[in-house]
Formats: sequence, structure tokens, C-alpha cells
Amino acid sequence: MKRLFFILFIIPSIIWAQQPTGKTILEKIDKNMAAKSTITTSKMIIRGARQTRTIEVKSWGEGDEKSFTEYLAPAREKGTKMLKLEDELWIYSPSSDRIIKISGHMLRQSLMGSDLSYEDMMDNTELLEDYDAGVIGSETVDGKNCWILELRAKTAEVNYQMRKIWVDKSRYIPLKEELYAKSGKLLKRMELFDVTKIGNRWYPKKMIFKDMLKKGAGTEFIIDEIEFDKKIDAYIFTKASLK
Amino acid sequence: MLALKLAYRNLVGAGLRTWLNVFVLSFTYILIIWQFGMIDGWNYQAQVDMKNWEVGNGQYWHQNFDPYDFFSYEESHAQIPELLKKATSEGKATPILISQGTIYPDGRLQSMILRGISPEQKVIAIPSAELNVKSEEIPVIIGQRMANSCKLNQGDITTIRWRDANGTFDAKEVKIVKIFHCNVPSVDAGQMYLSLENHQKMMQIPGQATMFIIDKNSNINSNISGWEYKSHEFLMKEMTEMIKMKKVGGSVLYFILLLLAMLAIFDTQVLSIFRRQKEIGTYIAMGMTRKQVVGLFTVEGAMHAILAVIIGAIYGFPFLLWQMKIGISMPAGTDNLGIPIAEKIFPVYGLGLIISTVMLVLIITTIVSYMPAHKISKMNPTDAIKGKIQ
Repeated sequence: MKRLFFILFIIPSIIWAQQPTGKTILEKIDKNMAAKSTITTSKMIIRGARQTRTIEVKSWGEGDEKSFTEYLAPAREKGTKMLKLEDELWIYSPSSDRIIKISGHMLRQSLMGSDLSYEDMMDNTELLEDYDAGVIGSETVDGKNCWILELRAKTAEVNYQMRKIWVDKSRYIPLKEELYAKSGKLLKRMELFDVTKIGNRWYPKKMIFKDMLKKGAGTEFIIDEIEFDKKIDAYIFTKASLK
Repeated sequence: MLALKLAYRNLVGAGLRTWLNVFVLSFTYILIIWQFGMIDGWNYQAQVDMKNWEVGNGQYWHQNFDPYDFFSYEESHAQIPELLKKATSEGKATPILISQGTIYPDGRLQSMILRGISPEQKVIAIPSAELNVKSEEIPVIIGQRMANSCKLNQGDITTIRWRDANGTFDAKEVKIVKIFHCNVPSVDAGQMYLSLENHQKMMQIPGQATMFIIDKNSNINSNISGWEYKSHEFLMKEMTEMIKMKKVGGSVLYFILLLLAMLAIFDTQVLSIFRRQKEIGTYIAMGMTRKQVVGLFTVEGAMHAILAVIIGAIYGFPFLLWQMKIGISMPAGTDNLGIPIAEKIFPVYGLGLIISTVMLVLIITTIVSYMPAHKISKMNPTDAIKGKIQ
């Protein structure tokens, strides 16, 4: 009887006590990944239904709200620049020599034909602020033991009412994320690979972003170089830097 | 009367030259009437189609709604006001809820406009009653253009994604229960129709609408707070202006034809006066005043136009009637031009169009005939009788 009581109640309690809460996991992810600023050189490989395109970009970012991107290749896109300041997005196209503000329905358009929309780029969601997170299980992803976090929106005003994040138990880094519609339909999936130690943090150098409603193998991001917490000239995050 | 008789005799006496001129002029008449009849026919059909499918007898728009500004859609909905609720229940108006969405036909992403419409409405010709079916998926209807651009067929199931009034993403399967054919592209291209109730649920805004269409047999134009009345004329303004421009553009062709006809008449007149100097001198010697002789030659020229009306009526009348009956088929692809064009255009010939065309040609012919005839008044009658070139 004592043994049965031990199995039924004591062991799960010990295990439960060892399992961090969703909030703790998210805080640890944030601590690992968040940086004051980042300067990145990366490739975006867009795998469409018919062809594959590779776009090379250099990006400067400060927090979640400021970012500036310059397209380096291919020749057709070279010189295109994008500036995001909080909820606003501007694009400079060298062929038309014009700065266009992307807003309204244009935000829903695909970014350079990728699986990302401009809207996805604009997503500044603070997970801890907008979601209640709970651990719903464990699963192995890419050979790593992961917590499965289910995030439910606290209010009706959040873009995605539910998200699921698979978090590496040892390094506290997300290896997979799924974004769901209110109806429960899976809309987008993000998978993270090549987790590398950069300074004192673990960081994924490859991501695959897939619009689950669209055909194609998704869009791949490969980070070639990344620098954290470097001082970025304030001029970079102004419209003047677009031209 | 004498001038008319003489003019007629001279004209008929000129033989082939006269009939060639008359034929060209009559052809000009017919072409002008036919061309304007086609444009008027197109205008008439477009007005009827737009009224039946889209405009009704005016609309009420939510004060923030701007059909050309997609940004405005998110903020353009409100509870249906009492007056319009009553009009809706009496079948005098129908509410429409508009929002943006994305469709994924066969895994491709396409932006579109979602329009919630009552399945019971009979205000516009959209076959919304087809939405009254029970289905696991959301039943929707689309136009032929939308079906073509998305490569969808009746019975197909596809996914749509939208954001509700709070900005939250949602996605569901829809079933195409009907594909309708419509001549008004703005009703069809990039539009998907679903039941108003379903749309309100999807958007989390029960009882709300973006606009109202007033039945073509009803007159509602009272001021309603928060809603702006748009008259039928206002809603048709673009189409009307485009037709006007089309008329001006189309005038170039008949202007060239008219110019050629006038040139022929002018030449004929100049030649007549040159060759008939003896005759002119005789008229004057017999007591006709110079004004009367000028009048005779002017009437002679202008009579081309009158004969052309008669000849034109003989072969043109049956032709125009035949065209009115069978219409002209528009080439494939014209319905994708973004303007309301029926598959077949039936010309409409108004009495005003016929009279104004006849008058226009008659006046121009008279002026052109008078110009060379005017030279006669400067002739010396003695020299004219002698046939000396002046």
C-alpha cells in the first residue's frame, strides 16, 4: 500500500517540482536570446513551388522595435532597404528611387515571395506579456529533449491565440514553434537548427519558416555572421538612411 | 423652290460624281449613328448591370469606409441603425460587411475581399440564396473572374485566412457552392461572398455592417448619424465619365470620315463653279441676283446631305435594326478590362442621336458648299458668259 502511494503521489510530485513553469522557461529563453542590439549578415533561401531564390541581407536591430535591413544580393534586389520602427515599415527601392510605407493590406503581402509576410516582420509580441504559458509535455526534437510549451493568449487582441514552442531542456532555446489560428488550424511553423554557442549565449544559425497553408518547402534563414550588443549609430534607424 | 428644283436637276445630272459623294456621306451618317449607338448601348447595359449587381438605388457607407482605401476597412463597421434595420426587414435595403482576407487555392496565396451578404436579400442580383446550404465548411460564392484567377470550381474546398476585428488570425475551410457570372468586374474580381451572419461571427462583430445597398425600386436618403448616403449618380459617376471620354475618343474615326466626305463635296463644288461659269453668267444675265446664284450652288452642295439621308436610310435602317437585334459579341478577355462590359453589346439608337447626326452633317455640308460658291459673287457676268476663266 505504502509502495503504491509512493508511486502514485510522491514520484509525480518530485518530477513536477523539477519541471519549471512555462513562465520560467520563457524567461530563461529571453535571457539567453535577447540582446540590446544585433548586427547580422544572413541569407534567406526562398523555396517556392517552382523555383528557389537566395537573398543576402545585412540587418541592424535594437530590441524588437527597431530594425534596418539592406539587401546585398541578388543584383535585382541589391540596394533595397527596409526600416522598421515600432509599428511602421518603410521600404526603399533603388529601381524606383522611392520610399514606400508598407501598411494596411500591403502588410499581408509576402516578403520578397517568402513564407513571411511584412506583418510577420512587424510582430513585436511580448510572449510573457501577452500569453499564459504552460508546459504540456516533453518531446525529442532533432535529438534534443524538449519541453512543449503551450501559450494561450491572455486577451482577444493578440495576433495568434495559441502558440506551441518546443524548448531545449538543457540550453533553453526554442527548437520549434507553431502558430495557430483561433480555429485551431496550424498557420505557421518555425524550426531552428545549428544551435551554436556565441559568446555566453546559445543561438540558432539556421531557421526554416513555413506558411503551413502555402505550398513549398518554406523559407530558410541562414545566419552567416552575428554580433551582439554592439553600439549602432542612431542615424541607421532614421528614414534618411534609406536613400 | 426654283433653287431646289434646279439644284436637284443639276445634282442628278452630274451622275456618278454625285452618287459617289452621296454614298460616302450616307456611310458617314450610318457609321456615326452606329458607333454612338454602340457606346450608348454599352452605357445603357453597364448602367443596368451596375444598378442590378452593385449600386442599387444608392448606398449608405459607414463614415470611415473608402472602397479605394483598404486601410479603412478595419475601421469601417458599426451596428446596423434602426432605420436601415427596418428597411432591410422590408426588403428595401441589404447590409454588407466587408473585410480583407487571404485565400490559399491549391497552396497559393492570394489577397481578396470578403463580403458578408444576407442569403435572403433580393436587392442585388448576387445569387446569395445559394449560401443557404448546410456544410461543414463555410459556404461561399464567387464570380467567374475570381474562379478563373484562383482556378477554383464549384464544389471545391479551399482555405481562407483572415483577421477578426481584434486583429487575431483565424483560418477555416470554405466550400464554393456557386460560381456566378456577372458583367461588373468590381462585384466579382477578388471578391468572395459568404453569409452575413457567418462573416459577423468570423469577425467577432455580431449585428454590424460596412455598407447598405438600397433596392432599385426604393427611395431612402435620410441622414443617418455615422453613415453617409451615396446617391446612384455618385456611384455611377466614374462609369458615366468614362463613357463620355470613350465618345470623344470614338469621334476621331468619324471626324476623319466626315473630313473626307467634306473634301469630296468641296472639290465637287470648286469644280462645278469652274466648269459652269457660262451657266453662272447666264443665270445672272437672266436676272438672277448673285445671292440667288450663290444660294443655288449652296443648296446643290447641301442637297448631297439630304440625298445621303435617303440613301443611308435605304440600306442603313435595316443594317442598324439588324445590329440592334443581334448585338455585337465582345472579344474574349474584354470582361477582364476592369469595366462593366456585357458579352454582347446591343446598340441603342435614340431619336436625338439620329436627328443630331443628320443636322451635324447637313450643317457642315452646307458650310462646305457655301465656301466655294461664295466666289461666284465676285464674278463678272459678261466674262462669265464668255467662259473666261476668272
